[in-house]
Formats: sequence, C-alpha cells, structure tokens
Amino acid sequence: MPEEPVAVVGIGQTKHVAARHDVSIAGLVREAAVRALEDAGLGWADIDAVVIGKAPDFFEGVMMPELYLADALGAVGKPMLRVHTAGSVGGSTALVAANLVAARVHRTVLTLAFEKQSESNAMWGLSLPVPFQQPLLAGAGGFFAPHVRAYMRRAGAPDTVGSLVAYKDRRNALKNPYAHIHDHDLTLEKVQSSPMLWDPVRYSETCPSSDGACAMILTDRAGAARSPHPPAWVHGGAMRSEPTLFAGKDFVSPQAGKDCAADVYRQARITDPRREIDAVEMYVPFSWYEPMWLENLGFADEGEGWKLTEAGVTELDGDLPVNPSGGVLSTNPIGASGMIRFAEAALQVRGRAGEHQVDGAARALGHAYGGGSQFFAMWLVGAEPPPG
Amino acid sequence: MPDVLSAPLVVEFPFTRSLGPVQSAFLTGLRERTVLGVRADNGTVLVPPVEYDPVTANELRDLVEVAPTGTVTTWAWNPSPRRDQPLDTPFAWVLVRLDGAGTALLHVLDAPGPDAVRTGMRVRIRWAATRVGAITDIACFEPYESEPHGSEPASHSGEFAEPVTGIVTPARLDYVHTPGRAQSAYIKALEERRTVGERCPSCRKVYVPPRGACPTCGVATAEQVEVGPRGTVTTFCIVNIKAKNLDIEVPYVYAHIALDGADLALHGRIAGIPYDQVRMGLRVEPVWSEGARHVDHYRPTGEPDADYDTYKELV
Repeated sequence: MPEEPVAVVGIGQTKHVAARHDVSIAGLVREAAVRALEDAGLGWADIDAVVIGKAPDFFEGVMMPELYLADALGAVGKPMLRVHTAGSVGGSTALVAANLVAARVHRTVLTLAFEKQSESNAMWGLSLPVPFQQPLLAGAGGFFAPHVRAYMRRAGAPDTVGSLVAYKDRRNALKNPYAHIHDHDLTLEKVQSSPMLWDPVRYSETCPSSDGACAMILTDRAGAARSPHPPAWVHGGAMRSEPTLFAGKDFVSPQAGKDCAADVYRQARITDPRREIDAVEMYVPFSWYEPMWLENLGFADEGEGWKLTEAGVTELDGDLPVNPSGGVLSTNPIGASGMIRFAEAALQVRGRAGEHQVDGAARALGHAYGGGSQFFAMWLVGAEPPPG
Repeated sequence: MPDVLSAPLVVEFPFTRSLGPVQSAFLTGLRERTVLGVRADNGTVLVPPVEYDPVTANELRDLVEVAPTGTVTTWAWNPSPRRDQPLDTPFAWVLVRLDGAGTALLHVLDAPGPDAVRTGMRVRIRWAATRVGAITDIACFEPYESEPHGSEPASHSGEFAEPVTGIVTPARLDYVHTPGRAQSAYIKALEERRTVGERCPSCRKVYVPPRGACPTCGVATAEQVEVGPRGTVTTFCIVNIKAKNLDIEVPYVYAHIALDGADLALHGRIAGIPYDQVRMGLRVEPVWSEGARHVDHYRPTGEPDADYDTYKELV
C-alpha cells in the first residue's frame, strides 16, 4: 500500500520577540497551536496526536517540557512525542509528525516547536564546565566563523557577500508581521559597518535571540478535502546525521546535508532544483550560510553559491527567493527555527504568505540543520498533491 | 585497565520563569496568605491552578479561594533531608487536599516521626515569616485538628497590588565526570607536554584528542600515535567580544590547527603575531605555561606557510 499523502492545513506562529514576559511557556505554545487550529478550521477534539520539539532541555532548564505542556496542547488521552535534534529539531519534529500521517498511524497531527530564549541561556547550556577540558574559547559564533572563512577561501568569494544576505533577509522581515527584527532604518552601509564580532562575521550578520513558537496541523487526504484554505502537500522529506567531528568532515558542505537534499529531491522527482523549486526557506543563522547551503543543497555548483547571492537571484523578486520570511537572521527561537522554515515553505505554496509571498510559488523547500552541522532535516512542499 | 581520571562536574544555573496570568495570581496570593485554585470545566477546583483544562484543553481563568486547612491524601516519610529541601529536619512529603479543592497539592508536613502521620489527618498551612510570591511562602504544613469545610470556595479576581510576574528557579545537577581510557591517556600525556592521539585500525586516521573509537568506522582504537608538536593553521576567526569567564584580551585569534600527523584539526589560540597577520597555512608550535594542563596558545614557528593543497582536506 503506498504512503498516505500528507497535507499541511494549519499554520500558526507567535509574534516572535526578544522576551515574552507576559506568558508562561505553556501560554506561548498555546498561542501558536490555537492559531494553527483556527487556520485549519479544527478544534482540539480533531487532533489525534501531538509531536513537539525544542532545543536541549538545559536551555530553559525544564526537563521533559512535553509532560508539563500536555494540557496546554490538548494532548490528554492522546499520544504525545518529543523529538530532539539540536537546532534542526523544528524540522525533524515536523517530519516525525508527517511520517505518522503518511504511515496512517494517525489521521490528523498537531506538531509544534518552541523556545523561550529570554528564560534560557543557550551559551551556558552548550558550554558545561567539563573537567580536564580547556574552556571553550569563542562561543557559537566562534564555532562557525572559521568555517565561513574556509568557505570564502575555497569559493574565492569576495568578503562583501555576507552583508548582502543580512541586508536582504532583514528587509524581507519587514514584510513578515511575525518576524522578530523589524529594523525599518537598516541600510546596507549599516550592515557593512556593524562591529566585527568573530571576523569574518559581523554583528548584523548574526541571528537574534527570540521567544517564539510555531505550530502546524498535518492531515491525510480526507482531512485536506475539508480544509477551509488550500493545503500544502508534502512531496518529500528526509533527515540525515553525521558525527560532530570526524577525519574528513567537510564543515563547509557536509555530506549529510548533500545526502538529505538528494533524498528529498528523489522523492519529489526533482532533477534540477534551481529551476524546479520556486522558494527556499533555509536555516541561515550567520549570513554566509546562504551561499554555503545553496551549494550544499544543489542550487549551485561548488564555489558558485555566492554568485547567486551577489546577482540578486535570492532576493524576494529574484528567480530563486531564499528566506522571503526574513529567515533565522531575523527570528531565532532556536527550537522553533527549523519548524518556521518548514511552515514558511508551506505558506508559500498555499499562497498565504501575505506581503512576503513569492508570486506563483508551486514548490518550496524547507531546510533545517543543527548541532555542529551534523543533523539535517528538509521537506519539499507543493501546491498540488504528489503524483501517484 | 589503565588509570582513568574522574572529577566532579556541577551544572548550576538560575533559570527565570515568566508566570503568565494564572501562576502569577497563585504565587502572588501565597505572598498575601491567600491560596487560589481554578475551576475546571467539570466544576472541580484545581489547586495549584493550571492554565488549561486537563480534560477539555479549554483556557481556565475562573479563580477561587480555598481554605488554608486540608486533609492528607497520601504521604511518604523522608528520614534524611537533602540541601534546599523545605525543612532540614526529617519530614513527610504529603499530598494535601485543601478544603474547597478537588485536587491535592504536594508539599511537606512537619511531624515528629512517621508514626505521627496518617492518610486522612487534618493539617494546615504554616506560612513563612518572609513571603515573596513563591511556593516556599508555604513553609510547610502542620497537624491541625479541625472539621473539613463544606462550603463552596468563593470566586476571586486574582488581582493583587504589585503582582509577582516572574520567578527565579535555580537548577543544580551534581555529576561525576569520567573522561574514559583514551582521553585520560591523552590528558596524562599533556602533563609531559606530549600530544598523543589514537589511530583507527580500519581507516588509519589519527584522532586527536582520541575518543577510544573511530566515529566513522565504529571500531575501537588503541594504537597510540604521538603527533605535533608543530602544526598548520587550517582556518580561524578573530574574536572581538570578550568572554565573561575567560581572562583573554580581545582581539585574539581562535584557530583550527592540524598538528603534524593528525587527521583532524583541534582548536587553539594563536599569539606571538599581530592578530591581523594570522593566515590560513601559518605554521605554529605550542607554548606551554608553567603548571598548566593544556597548551596556553600556539605561536608562529617561522617556517614558510604550508601550501593550501597540503591541508585543504583538513579544513
């Protein structure tokens, strides 16, 4: 028996901000879930299972938050699962939910991811004072900045490209009412002259720290037929992992990322992603990761990704818009960031992205990565049901 | 089995919590010696109150005030209190259903011994002398002979002057950390200022620091290989923000260094050269400081830079 086609019929996000002091974690996730149910025209009783994800427990210090959040998410009497894959978790969580529908285990699943970074300390949560080890010298930016330099050397990229990405994404965010950073006065010159934190990465080329949640309702064909708004259909989804460090690891273009994209394209029958995909929501926490992932995901040959960015191809009105929502550079509730990419890809093919809609988007890719570039999760969604 | 190192690892952090409307009312109420519950859709009064109905999932906001007296529904004796528990003398963990509530609250009961505790016994709240809007505003429960209240709890607006909207919840975990055989050997070699990795018997790659197993082949590693001391900077960044817990002046260079003979780079600081002159391919050597367990930093050797092709697989 073939897999059940999976449709996204409800999407809800909170307005992402630096600190939501007015709500508990339960209140935060509830907001996103209620908006997703409203979008789908469904109530709590219509949900068969709940799949939730967030970054490591140490971030907020709530051990097993899925237990505490069961009543806020209407999960009482239903299966509730928690997914863990570091920064990619929002994507992996959506894929676990999609697989439950595809396998006909459940018909309608609520999936949700969140982070309340204002009540968290990601730096502390990731840098435990392990005995006998030298203290970490540089933090998260310092972890990724050397890989950016390695990319620039390998691709021969001019050092101006990172600022172009940051400026584009922050301008796109102005069209997205849910985005955290709305900097109306931003200019390219301001990005270029912002402080160099971890040379070659500037302050304005790094992601913010946000409080936010994102929820989606996934359902089967019968559920999609009842949807009040056009659904997005899942044409392919995959996850891949690799060790954090190993001899031969390519941090600039990890093999697990290439394999994950290839699997998704095979499922979706995509042979030329650059021509066949209309919009991309990729996980870009530091601006230089846009050209790096363009290559890793097969949109450009090795060493050529920065040329697409430089030529404006990835602009909202370019022929391969990347992060029309403003991306992780404008909004980063860590655990939710991957799911926001997946949800924004779905909004594009549903024609419900509002001001940041890509005209006529029929196929869109959502992408997440996490850990030391070791977990990858992606899905490809379309406006039409998958063939077959 | 060779000597394996071991040391305490304490993980401790004061997390903050925004309370939201219901928990804010509950904890502010405790500060004012008022215990609030919330009425669920089926009429049951839940104490402590929750924001969402456990059966219907509806939002709950109908607050009521319950009595400071109640009945023990079950209990367990704790003969040896640990740090940060509510009492420092032996006590009973109790579930108490306060008069007017339909559910029980977890707290502690001050009693002389387990013989003085029984399910069904009547108790009352002993308030803390200093109350701040926290569950510890209830110092504990104490035995109190009284008849259960039969009356319906009265509605409460949940509004108080100067409400508590957030709390701090310190978390502390005590571990014993054991780095294992391979890393213990690596750390001990560092004391002799030698860097010793391990070679995978399958792919022949040399891992520094060693993990005792090859992450790609999945086989144990045992063959020790001394690498370095010199190496090549494969890539780096210049750190311009000062880390709170590090006594290093900015800017400094944080580099990936492939020691000669190693098959992957380790991380270290580069000094002895202006930060803006560090480059990929720079040849470096370790500088040890007296009595330290780790290399303090790496400095240029003065050799010609390594050709990119010789280290590009290690970037």
